[in-house]
Amino acid sequence: MRVRKYLKVYSKFLHTSLASELEYKTNIIIDLITAILSLIGSIFLLSIFFQNNNRIGGWEFEQALIIQGIYTILNGITNTWFNPNLTEIVKHIREGTLDFVLLKPIDSQFFISLKKINPSGFLEIILGFCLLLYCIKINQINFNLNILSLFFITIICSIFILYSLWFFISTTTIWFVKTWNATEVLRSFLYIGRFPLNSFSFSLRIFFSVFIPIAFITTIPSEVFLGLSQLWKIFLEILVALLFVSTSRKFWLFALKFYSSASS
Amino acid sequence: MLEYRVEIALWAISGIIPFFMLNIWTNNNLNEAINISNLMLSRYFLCAFLVRQFSVVWVVFSFEEDSLMGKVSPYLIQPINPFFRYFAQHIAEQITRFPFAFIIVFLFFIFNPEIIWIPNFGVLLLATISTFLSFLIQFLIQSIVACLCFWTEKASSVERLLFIPTLFLSGLLAPVVSFPEYVKSWIYLTPFPYLIDFPANLLSGNSTNITRGFFMQILWILLLLPVFKKIWSLGTKKYTAMGS
Repeated sequence: MRVRKYLKVYSKFLHTSLASELEYKTNIIIDLITAILSLIGSIFLLSIFFQNNNRIGGWEFEQALIIQGIYTILNGITNTWFNPNLTEIVKHIREGTLDFVLLKPIDSQFFISLKKINPSGFLEIILGFCLLLYCIKINQINFNLNILSLFFITIICSIFILYSLWFFISTTTIWFVKTWNATEVLRSFLYIGRFPLNSFSFSLRIFFSVFIPIAFITTIPSEVFLGLSQLWKIFLEILVALLFVSTSRKFWLFALKFYSSASS
Repeated sequence: MLEYRVEIALWAISGIIPFFMLNIWTNNNLNEAINISNLMLSRYFLCAFLVRQFSVVWVVFSFEEDSLMGKVSPYLIQPINPFFRYFAQHIAEQITRFPFAFIIVFLFFIFNPEIIWIPNFGVLLLATISTFLSFLIQFLIQSIVACLCFWTEKASSVERLLFIPTLFLSGLLAPVVSFPEYVKSWIYLTPFPYLIDFPANLLSGNSTNITRGFFMQILWILLLLPVFKKIWSLGTKKYTAMGS
């Protein structure tokens, strides 16, 4: 019953936000070009790194492209769902309109996280999958159902970790009011997800697996994709994802206690 | 501006991508192929960070917000081009960013003491001038894009599009020397390498063509200025006030 209600509400969200986004049609075309250029740019950068090296951090160019593909998919998801919604939180809190959200007979986290959608991120997701398909071909991976299901499990975990990170940062707005720049910091850290974790020095590697688990977000799914990953890593990723989601949920409920509206 | 100290500190931190890139370069000995020592490459990326900090421009986002909120109308009545207002805001914020940027540089020096160097006064002066020119080029490009608000309302997506070549070709992620030949053959004609690569090379003491650098920077400013004036005068004629 509750699930059905939420699904119904979500389909309404989809409808309204797609309708409002499609008002800016040229914008969407420009965003599509941006997505393509951005992928070309990062492959170009990768090719510079591999100009005179065969391997970087134990990854060959063809394998590193998988990371790039997964990054592109996740970035597309970020641009479609997380970015438009969670930047909205900042606005809600600054203008005091969070009151209206809290008054609605629906979960506030659900409302805030899924209200909007930005269709231009879809192309990035599609581009990412195309790149992955191409990677299957050039890496000669014999793909079976086993790998595929594990891959989807890890990708879904990555999405949850990513979402929790974004949501966590956005929640801090309740105290700091203007965290627009904090999301920029997160963005620049996530940028690292484009490269294999092993290409960094030891201390940075620790930092990126413990504090900001970028290692889990792109590297493990890529290893699974190549059929190289050990089982314990996958379990660890599931564990981390669960931990992140539950903490971010608790943090939101905790933060709401400190919410003291604004202006009128 | 000092009201938002946390914001500015975060902004300074968000510019640390060059350090991550440096980590990839040195950790995999990629620099051997392009004949730059570890030391010089570290200095290069440090300078790239600094140049980026003091040449970053966000006028499109300010202008778009003001134009959507209808704040541009009162600005237009004033007997001065509103872009001077944004220009002053940028300069003010850059000055407040000084201490934070230097804290990061200081930390970098503590962890890597061998990198410390003191450029002589002439180099420092030239690098400051070229960073300022780089800021001017970016400010002009963004102002031109911002004027598109008069036609499309949402100009920031055009800016995001332009940001992609700036990111990959300006030398923020990899020095332009390391680019493959087929890119190097035309890249020096575009404004991109003069945004970060040229000032950073100048400041870090890596070899660079100083005369060509300054010549191209000034040339691009002279090319962009009339374009901006033209699009501004066309745009203000087109302008229909929004909001209250």
